[in-house]
Amino acid sequence: MTTKDATSNLRELQAQAMSELGALRDLSHLEEWRVSYLGRKGKLTQTLRSLGEIPPEQRREAGMAGNEAKQALEIAYGLRLKELEEAALAAKLQQERLDITLPGWPVLSGSLHPTTSIVREVCAAFATMGFQVVEGPEVELDGYNFEKLNIPKDHPARDMWNTLWVDHTDANGGRPMLLRTHTSPMQARIMEKTKPPVRVVVPGKCYRYEATDATHEWHFTQVEGLAVDKGITLADLKGTLYEFARILFGQDRKVRFRCDYFPFVEPGAEMSMDCFLCEGKGCRVCKHTGWIEILGAGMVHPKVLEGVGYDSNTYTGFAFGMGMERMAMLKHGIEDIRLFYANDLRFLKQF
Amino acid sequence: MQVPLSWLKKYVPITLPPRELAHRLTMAGVEVTAVHEQGTQWERDKVLVGHVLKVEPHPNADRLRLPTVDLGKGEQVTVVCGAPNVAAGQKIIFAKEGARLFNTHSSRVEPLRPANIRGVRSVGMVCSALELDLGQDQEGIVVLPDDAPIGAPAADYLGDIIFEIETTPNRPDCLCVLGIAHEVAALTGQKVTEPDLSYPEDGDPIVKHVAIEIADPDLCHRYTASLITGVKVGPSPKWLQDALAKSGQRPINNVVDVTNYVMLEYNQPLHAFDFDKVKERHIIVRQARPGEELVTLDGATRKLSPPMLVIADAHDAVGLAGVMGGANTEVSGYTTAILLESANFEPINTRRTSAALKLSTGAAYRFERAIRAELAPLALRRATQLILQVAGGKAAKGIVDLQPRRNPPPVVRLTRCRVKQVLGADLSMSKVQSVLVSLGFTPTKAEGHGDDLVLEAPFWRSDIAIEDDLVEEIARIIGYDEMPTTSLSGHIPHHVPQPMWDLKQKARDLLAAAGMHEAISYSLTSHETLERAEVFGNDIQPLAIANPMSAQFQYLRPNLRGSMFETLAANWRTSPRDGLRLFEIGRAYLPRQAGHKATLPDERETLIAAFAGRRFPLSWLAKEQAGQDMSFFDAKGVLESLLSGLGVETRYEPAEDSALLTGRAARILCGDQAVGAVGEVHPRILERFDLTGAPVAIFEIDLAKLLEAAARTEKRYSTAGRFPESARDIALVVSADVSSESIEAVIKRHKMVRRITPFDVFVGSSVAAGKRSIAYQIVFQSPKDTLTAEQVSRALEDILRQLQRELGAEMRV
Ligand SMILES: [Zn+2]
Repeated sequence: MTTKDATSNLRELQAQAMSELGALRDLSHLEEWRVSYLGRKGKLTQTLRSLGEIPPEQRREAGMAGNEAKQALEIAYGLRLKELEEAALAAKLQQERLDITLPGWPVLSGSLHPTTSIVREVCAAFATMGFQVVEGPEVELDGYNFEKLNIPKDHPARDMWNTLWVDHTDANGGRPMLLRTHTSPMQARIMEKTKPPVRVVVPGKCYRYEATDATHEWHFTQVEGLAVDKGITLADLKGTLYEFARILFGQDRKVRFRCDYFPFVEPGAEMSMDCFLCEGKGCRVCKHTGWIEILGAGMVHPKVLEGVGYDSNTYTGFAFGMGMERMAMLKHGIEDIRLFYANDLRFLKQF
Repeated sequence: MQVPLSWLKKYVPITLPPRELAHRLTMAGVEVTAVHEQGTQWERDKVLVGHVLKVEPHPNADRLRLPTVDLGKGEQVTVVCGAPNVAAGQKIIFAKEGARLFNTHSSRVEPLRPANIRGVRSVGMVCSALELDLGQDQEGIVVLPDDAPIGAPAADYLGDIIFEIETTPNRPDCLCVLGIAHEVAALTGQKVTEPDLSYPEDGDPIVKHVAIEIADPDLCHRYTASLITGVKVGPSPKWLQDALAKSGQRPINNVVDVTNYVMLEYNQPLHAFDFDKVKERHIIVRQARPGEELVTLDGATRKLSPPMLVIADAHDAVGLAGVMGGANTEVSGYTTAILLESANFEPINTRRTSAALKLSTGAAYRFERAIRAELAPLALRRATQLILQVAGGKAAKGIVDLQPRRNPPPVVRLTRCRVKQVLGADLSMSKVQSVLVSLGFTPTKAEGHGDDLVLEAPFWRSDIAIEDDLVEEIARIIGYDEMPTTSLSGHIPHHVPQPMWDLKQKARDLLAAAGMHEAISYSLTSHETLERAEVFGNDIQPLAIANPMSAQFQYLRPNLRGSMFETLAANWRTSPRDGLRLFEIGRAYLPRQAGHKATLPDERETLIAAFAGRRFPLSWLAKEQAGQDMSFFDAKGVLESLLSGLGVETRYEPAEDSALLTGRAARILCGDQAVGAVGEVHPRILERFDLTGAPVAIFEIDLAKLLEAAARTEKRYSTAGRFPESARDIALVVSADVSSESIEAVIKRHKMVRRITPFDVFVGSSVAAGKRSIAYQIVFQSPKDTLTAEQVSRALEDILRQLQRELGAEMRV
């Protein structure tokens, strides 16, 4: 065999192998191809081995052709392998694809009671204005719940708070303990312990002897607010509560104040907010008035200040109180207050 | 209170549309809760006063009749009528075809159409209160007084606008029409015209006929009386009946109606005695004798006792002072002489009497709100005048007016500086004065500085005592919305830590993040629930409510278990297959022993969590776990995650708790302090709450105790270590009573051990009886270098030797 013959054989073999490789469709045939050309007994290996029969001085050209052919086939093999592997994976994935519409592994997520959430929101709103959270007792003394708030015994104003009394009689046959009817007793408790300035909010449960219906519950939650210092005015009360309404119900809120009566404030006020549901046009929630009553408030009565040892000529202050369930009902469109403490998970899970 | 606009107009010109006026009153603190337009919607040509001429039976229906109605100007109509009370001679309200009325069949306001009723054509109708929107009565037709003018538009005859007013306890003056008139005047810049009080005093001087004495001047501040003889008791004229009816009062007879009318006009309760029944013509105002009885006007026999105040004649009580008159001197059709009382009684005693006898009346309601004594003679003269007008007779000369102690009218000084200090508005004193004068205040000669005002409150106001009361008057009449609005300035007080509040909030967040749902339940519970939860058994005597609304809410809960079991049960009923994970943070109320001293209970902040039912939500991915129910370790897992989130280190030891299953209950310890319990609830208790079919695991924490413990253990950062960790697994066989905690304690003592996690617990045939196998993964790390396999093996051997020596543990092979 001459070098020429050998070189042309190699070229032929390379061309044939490349054409067969292009026609291969799966990995098993590729492996067969590899064995048949590049394997130990493969055609190319055999041909290369046969080059040994050529006299050494003539071998160079054929040797180079042989190496070229081997390199070319190995590269082509590698590329083809990759192509076929990708195709095989694609085919497998196509076959085993997931129904991605099925739900994933369930993750347990809990919830906070809507009262907890609204109390936090309200306290956070006042925190931006420097009010700190304080808590107080739910079982109270008549003295704090009424008398120190300028509501003496046998005063008709007591009719404003139907009271649940604790079954405990003192030496005089009186009943000194009750379930607090509002969070206001903390006004006196805080001022007795603190010197002005005072700026607090008091969240907590309150109780009234009351028949329940969709808007009344005997067991409810209030947030009380109190600010006392030199120079605090009704104008500050208005500004503070206005800011509160904007934080809680949106920047475009309008508020309005009317005169109202609570024995422990003078002047007394009630705040309404323009209905955020109908933008003041009138709807069922605002009873077609465009306004929603939000809270009671006023300037702390001088008798209350004097009662805790504050000089009412030097110090003035304001107080306010609001019902959390009502606030949450407005925010979430809850129509029945009795849902709050029935603890039905179908209700609780929505918050 | 109901105030008809027609009545209000008698004293003050009305210059605003009714709804605008209602709004102004409301903003000024006199809340108008509703404005009823009575009859303004009735067409003047279609809804008329008619006269029933005759009533004939319906040919085809027993319950229907055919009244013929005269509508004036010769117009007569016969219609079909179903009302049982229609009768010839009545004055009624007739609606013609097309009149817009409330249709009781469609429940809508619709034009009236002609109808064919059981074969008789009927055009128009005789109206009931419901159809006219005058009330709920649809059974009978509205019957008018006999003097109603035939053919007149009903809107003129009956129409009015009624303000429904809710007064606050400080403003008794707004319980009467004149009081509202004063408010209207101040708000609209008008003047009030007070009624004329004069009448002819033709009789003998009153002192010749009656002797009156106040025996208890503390309880009766003023007593005035007049005497009218020769009266004729009968029905009141229409104007009087109408005024009362529109104000929500039932007309009775002309004398009683006048007393009610004047009470609604002046706010002063009055009482008319049949003078001939007053024995010995002697009136004495005294305290009731112990055991004294009085039959009040409502027919009830009242057992009285001091210090209840009575009006008595020479022998017996004839009235309960300030509350209700006595039946023994009641005005009747035979009465000819009237002794009219207009008095002022002490508020607290009146309130107590009315409360003790459970007898609330308009009179008591007013006296307990401390109306002014100045009203008494004014209202007396007004009522005397009206009785003469509507019942005839002759008034004695003069009145009796006893006032043992005279309270001077309230006089209050007002400074410009205080107005500014409270309102934040610098108002001119001339503006302030004009507002207060419009409300009836009288400036007196001020002894004093600059432009201070000294004002006397008008005689109808009993709520003015201090300077700030005047400040409110100014603000409410000018309008709160006209006052300035500012932000708080001044110092923000120092921060005061509230660790309990913070702890509760953090615990809530951690539990919600662990998949728990927060519940809040009632603080009051029933005897039955406490018994079912076995709360009574543990020497706990819960605080009771003296006046519970029902047996359901009778006790302050001494722990949260009963509430939680009830919550579980309620949810179990609605969604029986769901896994329930609930928690509550609330107070438990424990009485403190202090005898008669009023000692407030210990309100213990408590956390309870409960787990019941399916561990995994139903899922196609978790088929194998589908049947698993939650139990002890579900509760403990959440508990551990909570406490680690709070940065508290705890231990557990077996506990005995009668409510929990033995062997499945643990005490939670922080150091030596027990802060709570975790365990599975005894089925005996669960059955009582209808919680059957799956275990219920709970944990309970006393948050105050936890807070103490948490305060001692601030979270400290420890370095993660630079060198790699290596983990080894070992399986041990130990006696069954050796706790995992004690094994872990031995392992942890080795200085190279970082973490230990038990990953298999096994009891069974391959383990000897009385023994169990526990496998741990132990993670080793050195702070100094990378541990070699040899070092780790040596450490493990050391640990095993130690475990064998101390706990008799063997390697499992
Ligand atoms: Zn609305």
